[in-house]
Amino acid sequence: MKTTNDQKELLDRLLRGDLPDKEGRFGPFGGRYVPETLMPAINKLTDGVLRLLPSENFKKRLNYELKSWVGRPTAMTNAKALSELWGSEVWLKREDLAHTGAHKINNAIGQAILAQELGATRIVAETGAGQHGVASAAACARLGLPCTVYMGQIDIERQAPNVERMYRLGAKVVPVTSGDSTLRAAIDEAMRDWVSDPVNTHYIIGSAVGAHPYPYLVRELQSIIGKEAKSQLEEIAGLPDAIFACVGGGSNAIGLFHPFLGDKNIKLIGIEAGGKGKKLGDNAATLSSGNKTGVLHGAQSILLYDENGQIQETHSVSAGLDYPGVGPEHSFLKYVGRVEYKNATDSEALDALKECCSLEGILPALETAHALAGAKKWSSQNKGSRILIGMSGRGDKDMPILRKYIGIDKDDKPNATV
Amino acid sequence: MLPYKKLQGALNSSQGTALIPFITAGYPTCNSFLKNLEEISQIADAIEIGVPFTDPLADGVTVQKASFQALKNGVSLSWIFDQLSNKKFEIKIPLLLMSYLNPLYAFGFDRLAKYAKNNNINGIIVPDLPFEECEPLKRSLDKEGIALVQLVSPETPVDRLETICKKSRGFVYAVTRTGITGKETSLPKNLTNYLDTVKELSPIPVCAGFGVRKREQVKLISKHADGVIVGSALLKIIEGNKDIVKFLSSLKDF
Repeated sequence: MKTTNDQKELLDRLLRGDLPDKEGRFGPFGGRYVPETLMPAINKLTDGVLRLLPSENFKKRLNYELKSWVGRPTAMTNAKALSELWGSEVWLKREDLAHTGAHKINNAIGQAILAQELGATRIVAETGAGQHGVASAAACARLGLPCTVYMGQIDIERQAPNVERMYRLGAKVVPVTSGDSTLRAAIDEAMRDWVSDPVNTHYIIGSAVGAHPYPYLVRELQSIIGKEAKSQLEEIAGLPDAIFACVGGGSNAIGLFHPFLGDKNIKLIGIEAGGKGKKLGDNAATLSSGNKTGVLHGAQSILLYDENGQIQETHSVSAGLDYPGVGPEHSFLKYVGRVEYKNATDSEALDALKECCSLEGILPALETAHALAGAKKWSSQNKGSRILIGMSGRGDKDMPILRKYIGIDKDDKPNATV
Repeated sequence: MLPYKKLQGALNSSQGTALIPFITAGYPTCNSFLKNLEEISQIADAIEIGVPFTDPLADGVTVQKASFQALKNGVSLSWIFDQLSNKKFEIKIPLLLMSYLNPLYAFGFDRLAKYAKNNNINGIIVPDLPFEECEPLKRSLDKEGIALVQLVSPETPVDRLETICKKSRGFVYAVTRTGITGKETSLPKNLTNYLDTVKELSPIPVCAGFGVRKREQVKLISKHADGVIVGSALLKIIEGNKDIVKFLSSLKDF
């Protein structure tokens, strides 16, 4: 994509730290599109975020939890077998090793501490794949806050192991049967809860989406992924040629990409869910297939919607990517041409998952498998490159889906005779 | 007369409390839309027409259900304008559209203002558009004299209330309580104080909505506001195939 001076200037503003601006805008994206009842809470949260995030007290409390409870820094793994097979030097940033099994915990514990500092007495959260729900439940248990998680009925069925984990961790899980019964409907319902008690409740949104200050807050809390990755690679191998992350709402991707945005010779590539194919409704490839700006869940961003402005149902084998929108900063990064967005289909992701399991001994989440699939494809055209892949989470939660989609082949049988 | 002035005038000159019923267009069936509109127009002071949306996050289960059914029936903003321009009867009272932002955004703001004007729509209510973000839509609507009705809530601080009331056109929509539409909880105890404050700050009529479903509530609100908006309770009457006019008259019968 050709970039104009205007787009260059916008990217420079982002790199200087001037975006989002006071209105919560990243150029034409972002903003605060919420009911009036939430505006005072949004303003209070914005003030709180700007005051607490840079404060020594908050940083000390957060770093303590990240180190001693989450298990940071997470490892940087050299994927030797994948490197050989793909003809590239492949590095994996292991968020799957973080407590509760995904990057989601970085945001959940950060927001829970923030909520407590701001006087919230109750937490609500939404979840798609269940990873954010589990992370929020764990963070709330750790801090002694009651937690309610909204989860689409379809996701409850396809991510069953995570539902039980949330119960064990003391959260209340509320099934959502309205709308499309997946992540999007769960966000609608969590917002309905929040609007009912905006003074005492804090909504821990799980991705870099929503009204300002959420996209900024989530990006700041997730940027630890990219900061660690940068210093780890600089020490062991040198900076990569390209970085890959899966993108649903886009929190792990923004966290991994953000510290590298200024390194303009490093390619940044987000991989969305290509689902069953290119037809509208068969995928969740918001940025890689669409270009229409709209407003959903509090922010202006690129969305999948029809000619009447109705939000489209999406499909992906991975619940965490099954979302018709994307965080406003990703729309911005596409707009200014700094990040490229592509997609991987369900079957490409499933193949990548199998390959990573058997060659590296790592079971990635289905979401993460999209990043692996995208990296493999890119690698075949760019042999000899050094690439970094964000391993956003582990795939233990996906066993019911894997059973359904891959089944147990004869060769896979655990007790097959040799 | 400019559409927003007509709306404001109608609310000012209403006998007692102005009644603004809300219906979701094309619910329960497409055919019911104009029929219900005609019937309600005999007793109401203005009518709020709900444009269905896939993600109605300020609405409770009743409006959600109506919205999803209307979408299944194929209802859209274009369809609503089409129905209004082809109707065979005249509606003398002001009409409002209630829509989330994205359907309006997809339709185009300037185009929306023109279609609204041509179809005798006097005002538009957008529950997910706080006044900080309303400029682009307001600019388009202002050109045609269509009201962008602003909402205030019990959470709105006084200085902010003042700004919003000044910015609103037609009337100020005072949300009675935190939360979503149609919840069957009693109205908050401090409701009358809150409404009095809004009344005092607002240069234009104030109408209260969210959870209004009984005569006693309308009676109480009537002393502190110029009108009431009744949505979920009416949708339940429509859903149960009960007498709409009888229900609406009963609300004002005190």
